[in-house]
Amino acid sequence: MDLHIVGLNHRYGDMPVLDGIDLRIESGRIVCLIGPSGCGKSTLLRLIGGLEQPTDGAIGQIGEPPDGCLNPLTYIFQDFALLPWRTARGNISLVLEDHDLSERETGRIVDDVLARTDLSDFGNAFPRQLSGGMKQRVAIARALAVNPAVLLMDEPLSALDGQTRALLMDDLIGLWTREPFTAVYVTHNLQEAVRLGHKIVVLSRRPGRIRDQVAINMPLEDRPDAVAELAQTQRYLWELLREEAQAADRELADA
Amino acid sequence: MPDARTLAGQPVMFRGGGFAPRPVGPLGPAVFIVVIGLWEMGSRIGWIAPLVLPAPSEAFAALAYLFETGQIWRHLEASVSRLVIGWSAGMALGVAIGFAIGLFSIARSGLVPVVAALFPIPKIALLPLFIVWFGIGEGSKIATILFGTLFPTVIATYGGVDNVDRSLIRMGQSFGLSWWSIVRKIVLPGALPAILSGTRISASIAIILLVAAEMIGAEYGIGAYVLLAGNLAATDQLIAGVAMLSVLGLTVSWLIGRAERYFLRWRS
Repeated sequence: MDLHIVGLNHRYGDMPVLDGIDLRIESGRIVCLIGPSGCGKSTLLRLIGGLEQPTDGAIGQIGEPPDGCLNPLTYIFQDFALLPWRTARGNISLVLEDHDLSERETGRIVDDVLARTDLSDFGNAFPRQLSGGMKQRVAIARALAVNPAVLLMDEPLSALDGQTRALLMDDLIGLWTREPFTAVYVTHNLQEAVRLGHKIVVLSRRPGRIRDQVAINMPLEDRPDAVAELAQTQRYLWELLREEAQAADRELADA
Repeated sequence: MPDARTLAGQPVMFRGGGFAPRPVGPLGPAVFIVVIGLWEMGSRIGWIAPLVLPAPSEAFAALAYLFETGQIWRHLEASVSRLVIGWSAGMALGVAIGFAIGLFSIARSGLVPVVAALFPIPKIALLPLFIVWFGIGEGSKIATILFGTLFPTVIATYGGVDNVDRSLIRMGQSFGLSWWSIVRKIVLPGALPAILSGTRISASIAIILLVAAEMIGAEYGIGAYVLLAGNLAATDQLIAGVAMLSVLGLTVSWLIGRAERYFLRWRS
């Protein structure tokens, strides 16, 4: 399933936040959205998943979601959004309970996604017992449980420390290489973007416009060995962002 | 070269610590025993006149007499049944109204001013009106407790619903959960800590109103017993009645503590 964004404008009251966004998200590829803080990249992600309505323009789904898909557009949040009163298993089964699945089927899905995220021993742990990295793994398992067509990731690694981030980045790449998924990945970390993105979309400061789209054709599994080449792309992206970030940084919040 | 273990220069002064009170084992019961002991001694020596304040032993004898005659069960049964009916009805209604205010704009704008206007009225002032409406019997007493516990419960509940993490609700919506699932599985558990701490307040209000309501037109009940004791200047019985209220309050608060530990065991 592809996503097609056409002529998207969005404003909060009088303030334009997104301006004329045209974007195609292709099946089986990861699109990274980068931009200075407050450029509307998280807003764009909420619009794509239908959590907000665009002022203008449209977002279309082209093609059918895969078989057995329970929730085509599925988020992974920066703050994990796990229910503290449910165990890891309970948090995953939460998103299956509204679908007509037998108890056996639910159990099978939960076991499967726990195994895929290396969490099989932690099914009965409450979120408060888990580290940040483990919490995000549970959230990833929950997202995988509904067999999504497109994963919408809103800075999923930003609340984690550097080492945990590296570990989870490897996990995400592992998941993708085993079974390619479609994703929109919002980040402000350029290194993450060049490591994970097939296409990197650079947004300008508010109101967010697309400044450039950079395609990286190198396969994900080759990238750890091509640091120099990626560094060049990263430098180019930083050139694009630098001025925008500087100007955005100097804006007053309420001005 | 100085030895690593001999200190050169001034030691760094310790200035942390404190501000962390911990429970000291048997100190609580010890204070009780000492106070009651001093009181008993004062009465025996004659420092405290028996009419002003009876000795603890006399109050205890009055309590023992209540057990002997079996009267205590009639008083307790009357009081506890009023408390349970009034309080649970007030809680149920309060939680329902609180959820309505927390979830629907119309209920919020329509009911919040009404709650704000009625909450500060001492419900005991309405007792005469309740007697006209519901009769001098059980109806008016239960209505007083119901209305007294209703408003704090409403306020605690909608405060709790308001404070439910919106990102969790967004998460539920993003996974396509139904409205009812979100309310049951996300909003209700999220509001439960606030609702349970509201029960502590409403429980103590319920006991206060129970006693006050029983002082008007009740034959049995702890409030009626205390009032009668006061009218007869039987201070020993009065103290016995007050002790019963204290035990009742402690029991209720213990039960709520158990409920909190059970329902909120997911918290650290």
